[in-house]
Amino acid sequence: MANEKFDAIVVGAGPAGSAAAYTMAKAGLSVVLLERGEFPGAKNLFGGVLYRKQLEDVLPDQWHKAPVERHIVEQRIWLMGKDSAVTFSHRNEAYKEPYNCWTALRVKFDQWFASQAEAAGAVPIYETVATELITEGDRVVGVRTDREDGDLYADVVVIADGVNSLLGKQLGIHKEWQPDEVSLAVKEIIALPKEKIQDRFNLEGDEGVTIEFMGETSLGMAGMGFLYTNKDTLSLGIGVMVNHLKKKKIKPYELLDHVKKHPMIRRLIEGGETKEYAGHLIPEGGWNSVPPLSGNGWCITGDAAQLVNFVHREGSNLAMTSGRMAGEAVIEAKKRGDFSRETLRLYDQKVAESFIRKDLVKYKGMHQILKEEDPELLFTRLPQAVNRAAYEMFLVDGVPKGEKQKKAIQYLKQAAGGTWNLLKVGMKGWRAMNG
Amino acid sequence: MSNSIAEKLFTIRYKVDDQSHLIIKDQQVCLTCETKECTHFCPADVYDWTGEMTTVAFENCIECGTCRIGCPYYNIHWVYPKGGYGITYKYG
Repeated sequence: MANEKFDAIVVGAGPAGSAAAYTMAKAGLSVVLLERGEFPGAKNLFGGVLYRKQLEDVLPDQWHKAPVERHIVEQRIWLMGKDSAVTFSHRNEAYKEPYNCWTALRVKFDQWFASQAEAAGAVPIYETVATELITEGDRVVGVRTDREDGDLYADVVVIADGVNSLLGKQLGIHKEWQPDEVSLAVKEIIALPKEKIQDRFNLEGDEGVTIEFMGETSLGMAGMGFLYTNKDTLSLGIGVMVNHLKKKKIKPYELLDHVKKHPMIRRLIEGGETKEYAGHLIPEGGWNSVPPLSGNGWCITGDAAQLVNFVHREGSNLAMTSGRMAGEAVIEAKKRGDFSRETLRLYDQKVAESFIRKDLVKYKGMHQILKEEDPELLFTRLPQAVNRAAYEMFLVDGVPKGEKQKKAIQYLKQAAGGTWNLLKVGMKGWRAMNG
Repeated sequence: MSNSIAEKLFTIRYKVDDQSHLIIKDQQVCLTCETKECTHFCPADVYDWTGEMTTVAFENCIECGTCRIGCPYYNIHWVYPKGGYGITYKYG
């Protein structure tokens, strides 16, 4: 493969890379899709929710053939106390037509998604690590790989190498992520018979449920857990900010075991068999951590560019959309015969005009509030106070309701350290969620 | 149904290279490191402190990158395993 030149090289066959490769190959460009795993998806991990709209935007005719697990008809949010939960959920038949989202497994989905790019003409080169970018001056002109004679040349390199993005680091467009810009998530796939899943989660056929939980389960660290229903497995995991993990000295898998013992979770996974343990970083720096998205001869997409909306656990859809948009910009660059920053900037513009930028900007203060506020307050004391307040309100023990209400408010104030602090946290939270 | 980390790691398929992709740059730094955080935050227990040096069980690595970012002295040289080596998830 030495010295062969392509229109584009895509590094990483995850959702961003495959979307980019598919988009360009379909337009007739010569594209290489590089992947370090044995096959696309071999190294990849997500919580497990895949959204239809952004997949359909890439593959209008094929999206319905994607290998998915269950279509989500109900989403639950749990605020966890030690042995309790205050819950909120929404179920709606309308989520079926058209589907809003599904649960999925990356090993199946990523292989299928990359195979679409291959079918469109992208040249797959798997089991190959892109070790560095080849540059000439300030232009990226190719990649060096860990194969013998493994230099590949192209007009554009689309960097889709995931959260660790060693290539992005080499470009110097973003500094090393700081521990407060990433979360570590650990996850188990737990096998359970279909009927058990259906009964326990109140489901018919291929319907599915997602549960996100926060509170006592993260042991005083900023983080969120999830439990999703697949066909005959459950995806159970929890992610916490790496700076908190460093401080707390809690082993990630012990945190997961702690979650498994919570009475709200324990009964749902009871009798299940762990089929796979996994861990991955999630880029959670928000909009302020997003680097410039293109330059002379390169674009950067998906996790590698911190394009994750962690408030709504959306990542793979931002990845697919950014990959598609990068691909579209490269197609335009090919038309113009100009692969410089001037033309590839089109990609930045597309992202800026899309939901990606708007959503990330909306929540850009979240990262700061998580950094400033005591995680014990946000993830232990307040959730606990809400649980205690709910317990009191529903407990019929002869105490008049008026007194209970006073007590409930008292719990919240105490947890925050006074009325003023409670208001302050509330205001900060509101601002963080509204740009 | 909680199981030990050894049992958890047993659920992952590995193709182990004979060369480590994780290298402690300077054991002297580990010697003076007070917190030894890598022995806690690694989700696969790759790092262990023997009292004299940090050992690296790179065979267990699930390639998350936490140690690359988490080591307070950036004392871990972190690259991907060779193409096709390392973990291969069955579900993901």
